[in-house]
Amino acid sequence: MIVEIETILAGIREALPNSGISFRKNPGPSGQHSLLVDGSNLVEVCQFLQDTLDFDLLSNVTGVDWPEPAKADAVAVPEGEVTPAAEGFLEVLYHLYSTNRRVGPLVLRARTADRAGNAKIPSVVSVFRSAEFQEREIFDLYGVIFTGHPDLRRILMWDEFVDFPMRKDYVAPDDYEYEPTPHDAVLEKAKTHYPSSETQDGKIQDTRKEPVL
Amino acid sequence: MISDSSMLYSTPALETGDDEDQLLRVSLGPQHPSTHGVFRMNVVLDGETVVSLKPVFGYLHRNHEKIAENATYLSSMPYTDRLDYICPLSNNWAYAHAVEKLAGIEVPERAEYMRVILAELTRLINHTAFAGFILGDMGAWGSALMYAFREREKILDLFEDLTGARMMANFMRFGGCRNDLPAGWAMKCGKLVDDYGPFLDEMEKFLVGNEILLARTQDVGQLPKDILINGGITGPMLRAAGVNYDIRKVEPYGIYERFDFRIPLGEIGDCYDRIMIRFLEMRESLKILRQALDQLPEGDYIHPKAKIRNFKPPVGEAYGRIEGPKGELGFHLISDGTTNPYRYRVRPPSFINLTLLEDMCLGLDLADVVIILGSIDIVLGEVDR
Amino acid sequence: MAIDPKLAEDLKSQGVHVTSFEQLINWGRSSSLWPLQFGLACCAIEMIAATMAKYDMARFGAEVFRPSPRQADLMIVAGTVTKKMAPQVVRLYNQMAEPKYVIAMGACAISGGPFKDGYNVLKGIDRFIPVDVVIPGCPPRPEALLDGLMTLRDKIAKEKLIGKHRARHADPNGAASFPVPEFGPHDLEPTANREIWNPPTIVREEGGSE
Repeated sequence: MIVEIETILAGIREALPNSGISFRKNPGPSGQHSLLVDGSNLVEVCQFLQDTLDFDLLSNVTGVDWPEPAKADAVAVPEGEVTPAAEGFLEVLYHLYSTNRRVGPLVLRARTADRAGNAKIPSVVSVFRSAEFQEREIFDLYGVIFTGHPDLRRILMWDEFVDFPMRKDYVAPDDYEYEPTPHDAVLEKAKTHYPSSETQDGKIQDTRKEPVL
Repeated sequence: MISDSSMLYSTPALETGDDEDQLLRVSLGPQHPSTHGVFRMNVVLDGETVVSLKPVFGYLHRNHEKIAENATYLSSMPYTDRLDYICPLSNNWAYAHAVEKLAGIEVPERAEYMRVILAELTRLINHTAFAGFILGDMGAWGSALMYAFREREKILDLFEDLTGARMMANFMRFGGCRNDLPAGWAMKCGKLVDDYGPFLDEMEKFLVGNEILLARTQDVGQLPKDILINGGITGPMLRAAGVNYDIRKVEPYGIYERFDFRIPLGEIGDCYDRIMIRFLEMRESLKILRQALDQLPEGDYIHPKAKIRNFKPPVGEAYGRIEGPKGELGFHLISDGTTNPYRYRVRPPSFINLTLLEDMCLGLDLADVVIILGSIDIVLGEVDR
Repeated sequence: MAIDPKLAEDLKSQGVHVTSFEQLINWGRSSSLWPLQFGLACCAIEMIAATMAKYDMARFGAEVFRPSPRQADLMIVAGTVTKKMAPQVVRLYNQMAEPKYVIAMGACAISGGPFKDGYNVLKGIDRFIPVDVVIPGCPPRPEALLDGLMTLRDKIAKEKLIGKHRARHADPNGAASFPVPEFGPHDLEPTANREIWNPPTIVREEGGSE
């Protein structure tokens, strides 16, 4: 059941007048519109939704990297004229459901100020425990720092890892030197591992010995 | 890049414990027979009692989401098979469902029936294998699993007839299925459905009154309903605690509202309830299968206008979810109008169901941890993705 | 010296079995392989299926899955080896007692398979430990695993225990353990054990393609 998002928006605005919340239209056929919440009020909004409107299940938390802010506004269209963000940012989306009223999803989105030092969003773990591991995952893969998270550390990658691999500008280590049948982009990649004089026609021959049985 | 921030939040080293605190620190996994794959738990024990338990993830993190963002929509379909590799067809459906929401695609009636049949067969596989594995965790290693895998092979034979592969089916398409049912398939499936009831009777006879099972599972690992909901627990885990929340009823996707079936609910949500709820769910799945096979209409197995090549959904986002055998399996997709998804996120039930693992285990014995972990029913391909 | 095969056959018909120590030892080793109970990913399910009722790996003496590497002599690398898991796999291999064998089951264990583009996926376990048998497939069917097991048995049956071409475990200078890679800031360090694995060199074909 699709939630009555306008009613919810009005309810939040009435209860939390300074919440800095705005409606974002989803241009696609799914009709899942969202509410953009100012990061500093995210926890209060979640608490209000849980206490008053009975949204008790935070099902999914998604991190998104937007190096180009214009793209983000194309997916979540603002109402009226809004000045787009000056630089890229990271975004976190929350899908809330109500198990009693059986409605959902209510989509909340919160954005960081930038993609570097100020990539911070308050953690909602104090309201929804289910965000605990998902926020750790977003910290691990995107580098969003969830302030107030009880145990924020890398979850999927090892602790010594320093990159944020799900960001759009991450470059993976180039570690497959050998490709049995290279072509197109893979061939170009394979060539970089060999002296150029040996790859004129791009043939790679497997010179490993046959295994002795 | 905030490269130093990761250093701020690094895993604390396991202390070796001085003589006064007598605490024992155990690293369970990633290679351990009871962790169902490469799962690891750092457990702190006082004698036999668990005083702290920290799960460690990532040993099977194979970058499904990143790979999917660099590939077309359709080429992620085979990867979804490998998420929860015990139930590939449910994953197929969840992904196809999300893309259909994203692009607004219709699915013909026959395809919907085929999807229901395949998803319920997958639920049978999952729950049957679950019963085998959890008895293995209790010490009956092998015997129960032999029975479970015997039945699993029969269903896999059906899958192989239909899709060409035992496990990695890659069968659903956006707007239908890849091919039609071969001749006689529905009849073979009906035979299997008829034979499954007696098998469940047999399996339940072994289990229900078994003293060891009762002693090991009753009053182990239960938590209050509101904490479970707050922790994002879904699926049989949640229903075992008595919360009536099944996406097949709450948000009937596909054609589930046409079938007459009930949602089994547990009472207190201990490990015993979790095992029994799965047996009851299998009975309901058999009911759905019987109805779906009887009603199976003729028609298209894929929407005639479904686009396979150069498929570009309109700009927007969609979150689609189904009731997978392990819980709410969702896909969150963001499209920027190109052939590749801008963001591809899997909402993995077994990962989020582990959120409350420590709360369930605190104060119990180390041996109970194994049962509780088994009763959550995790698959590492989905936990780590 | 090996015995004349014809004479051995004649003696066998009389109920006298003649063999060499090498054959006897290899026969014993190949007939009771104890695999390490160690599943990584999807292939592990097919590995379990191979030990269960329908395929019954016990027919070939390899059903005793041991949870401890100290008691196992066959490592079936069944599934994707991630970079986070690779040090543990090498450590487990090092903990196994000689003679020990490795089967790389499935595309992921061989080369990274479908997940080869992943930043956390090791592109083949042969970068760190020696592999005896590879089984292609994604995942390989249980029959394929049985075939791989047969291949390994043949390989063991032909092993030389003395002389210049003796097996690695029979050679006092042969390596029994391999260095465990460390976690680095971007990747494993080193990314491969260059003593046992190197990418093949490119050789330009005569004439080349025009």
